[in-house]
Amino acid sequence: MLKVIKNRMEQGCKTSKYPKEPISLYKRFRGLPEIKKNCDPALAKLCAEACPQDAIDPKKKKIDLGRCTFCGQCEMQSGGKFVHFTENFAMGAANRDDLWTDGTLPDLAAHSKKHFKKLFGRSLQLRQVSAAGCNSCEADTNVLNTPFFDLSRFGIDFVASPRHADGVHVTGPISRNMKAALLTTYEAVPGPKVVIASGACSISGGPFWGSEDVVGDLNSLLPVDLYIPGCPPHPLCTLHALLNFFK
Amino acid sequence: MDNLLKIENGKPIARTDIPNLPLEGFSQTLVDLAENDGFVVQMFAYEDGKDTKLLAVMRQKRDLFVTGCSVNKEFDSLTSANEKFHMFEREIAEQYGIRPLNHPWLKMVRYHANCTGAQDVFGNNYKEEIPGNYPYFQVEGEDIHEVAVGPVHAGIIEPGHFRFQCIGEVVLHLEIQLGYQHRGVEKMLPKVPKKRLPIICETIAGDTTIGHNLCCCQAIEGLAGLEVDEEARVVRTIALELERMANHVGDLGALSGDVAFNPPANYFGRLRGDVLNLSQVLCGSRMGRGLVRPGGVAYVLKDEQRQLLRDKIAEIKPEIEHVCDLLFTANTVLARFEDTGKVPLERAEKLGLVGYAGRASGVGYDARDSFPTECYATLPVNRNTMTNGDVCSRATVRREEIMHSFSLIETLLDRKGDTEAVFMKDYKLSPSSFVVTLNEGWRGEVSHCILTDATGGILRYKVKDPSFHNWTGLAMALRNEEISEFPLCNKSFNLSYCGFDL
Repeated sequence: MLKVIKNRMEQGCKTSKYPKEPISLYKRFRGLPEIKKNCDPALAKLCAEACPQDAIDPKKKKIDLGRCTFCGQCEMQSGGKFVHFTENFAMGAANRDDLWTDGTLPDLAAHSKKHFKKLFGRSLQLRQVSAAGCNSCEADTNVLNTPFFDLSRFGIDFVASPRHADGVHVTGPISRNMKAALLTTYEAVPGPKVVIASGACSISGGPFWGSEDVVGDLNSLLPVDLYIPGCPPHPLCTLHALLNFFK
Repeated sequence: MDNLLKIENGKPIARTDIPNLPLEGFSQTLVDLAENDGFVVQMFAYEDGKDTKLLAVMRQKRDLFVTGCSVNKEFDSLTSANEKFHMFEREIAEQYGIRPLNHPWLKMVRYHANCTGAQDVFGNNYKEEIPGNYPYFQVEGEDIHEVAVGPVHAGIIEPGHFRFQCIGEVVLHLEIQLGYQHRGVEKMLPKVPKKRLPIICETIAGDTTIGHNLCCCQAIEGLAGLEVDEEARVVRTIALELERMANHVGDLGALSGDVAFNPPANYFGRLRGDVLNLSQVLCGSRMGRGLVRPGGVAYVLKDEQRQLLRDKIAEIKPEIEHVCDLLFTANTVLARFEDTGKVPLERAEKLGLVGYAGRASGVGYDARDSFPTECYATLPVNRNTMTNGDVCSRATVRREEIMHSFSLIETLLDRKGDTEAVFMKDYKLSPSSFVVTLNEGWRGEVSHCILTDATGGILRYKVKDPSFHNWTGLAMALRNEEISEFPLCNKSFNLSYCGFDL
C-alpha cells in the first residue's frame, strides 16, 4: 500500500490540458504539409515520382493526405522547397476530396453534420474494428485511454460490444478475410450510427494500395462520416478530429 | 557437410551456390540438423524458371546454413520427425499448392488461394471470404464444451479466432485460427516499385516497424553493395531498443491490468507514451516510421536530440524502476503470475520458440548475440535468470530487457560520429543472388529473405515474424489452465496477428 502511495506521488497528475491549452509537438513530427505553390514544376514532378505512395499531384501541387504515409521523402527530396511538413496535427476531414490538400484543410467543426453534435456531443461510444490494421493505428488509438489523454473525460469511450456503440472506428485496409466480420459488426450497431475511417489504410489502402487481398477503401463498403489521416494518425490528431466533429 | 552451405547474416551469395539436393537428402539433412540443436529460420517454396524449389535456412548455435532442393506436387512431411517444421510446411502447402504427405495437422495458415494456380491442398473455395473453413479439432464427451472467441475482440486489438475445448473451467486444447489480417504482403513485395519496399515493410507489423524495416534495408544493402557508416548504425540500434522498451513497458502495464492491479497499468500506459515520444524526437514518428532507409538513416541524431533523449531517460528510468518494483512485489500479482501458462524448456525447444517467450523458458537464443547486426557486436548481452516458462518469467524477462535497453541506449548516446541523412533511391540489386537477414525485434527473431532473378528483379521475398513460431507456444501454454487465465497468458506472449498473417 505504501508503495502505491509513493508511486502515486511520484507520478503526479500527467493529464494534458488540451484542448483548453494548445499543445506543441516536437519539430520533427510530420503533420499538415505546407506546399510551396510557386516552386519549380520540375521539382514537384521529381517529388511526385519519388513518392512511394504516388500521393502527389505535381500539376495541381496537391498532396493526398488519405494516401500519404508522412514518410518525409518529398520534403527531403526537395530540400523543403516543395513540401515542408508542419507540426500541425489538426488533419481530420469530413469529405474524402478535402484530403487532397494544397496545404489547407476546411474547418472540420464547421463541416460536421449538425445532428451528430446533438446526438453524440455529450456521449459518444465507439466500437473499434481492426480490419487488417498493422497495430500502429490500433496502438495509437488505445493510448487515448491512458492518463495523459484521458479520453473518457470528454464523454468518448471505446466499448466492447457493437450493441453498445454509436458507431464504428475502422483501421486497416480491410482484408478480404475481414470484410464479412466488419460488415457484421457494422450491422450490429444500432442506428443512427457513425463511421470513422482512421489511418491511410482504411481511407485508401495505405501502404497496401493495389493489393488484390484488400478492399482498400472503407467508403466503398460503408458511408464514412469522418476521415482521420496519418500512418498512423497521431493520438492528438484523432483526439482533435473527434472533439471538433462531435463536440 | 556438403549438404549445407554456411552463410552469414546479411551477406548475399550467388543462387547457384545454394546446394540443390535430391528431395530425400534435403529432408534427411534438415531433420538431422533439427535434432542437433538446429532451428528453422526460414523454409519456403519459390519458382525458379519451370522448377519449383524448396529452400531452408537453419541456425545452429552461431552458425547459419542454407540448403535447397527441387520439388514437384508433394513431398514427405518432416513434421512427424521433428515438430519445428510444422508451420513452415503448412505455409508451403498454402502458398504453392505443394502437399506435405503425412503431415499430422495439415490445415491452412491464412486462408488464401495459392500463387501457382495449382489445385488447392485444402479444397477451399476462396470466393467465400471467411477463414476457418475446416473442421476444428474437437474433444468429445458429456462434460466437454467449446468456447469460440473472435475474430472481432472486445478491445482495440487485431482480429483472430480462438477456439477452446474445455472441461468445466479447464482448457484441454486451444486452437488459434488466424488469417483475418492477410494483406498479401509477400505477393506485393516482388511486384511493386522498389521505392515502396520500406513503406510496406514498416507496416508488416506496426509495433515492429524498426525490426522489420531493418531486415528489409539490410537485405537491400547486401544486394546493392551499400555501406552503412557507424553513426547511422548507432541511430538504428537506438531506434530498435526504443521500440523494444516501448512495447515491453506497455505490456507490463497490460499484464497489470489483466490481474486488476490498476496503478501500474495506468503508470506504464503513460510511460510507454513517453518512450514512443522519444522515437518521435529521433525521427518524427512515434512508431519509427521513415527512419531506416537503405544505406543509413533518414534522420540524423544531432546534439539537440541526443540531449533530449538523455534528459528524458534520466527522468523516466527511475519512474519505470519504481513502478516495476510496485508490480513485482505485490503478492496478489505474483499469485496470478507464478506457475500460470507454463511452457517447459523441452516443449519450447521442440516448438522452436524465439524471443522473450523462448528465453523465459530457458532457450538461450538472442539474435543480437548469435547473429549481431548494427552495433550489437560491441554491446553487452542480457542473460535472464528466471526461466520457469510461466507468465512471471515472461514478465520478468521483459522487466530485465527494459533496463538492459536503457543501458544500451545510454552507451550508444555517448558514441558520437557523423552521418549524412539518406533517402530511398532505386537501387540496382545484384542478379541471381540470395540474401537472408535476421534481427532481434522486440518479440524475437525477425527474418527476411530476398532471391533475385537474372536481371536483378526480386524473384521471391520471404518474411518471417517471430509470431510465426510463438503462436503455437501460446496454445500450449493454455493447456490445463483455466479459461480465465487466457487474457493473462495471451498478453504475456503478446503476439502479432498481422506479422503472422502478412
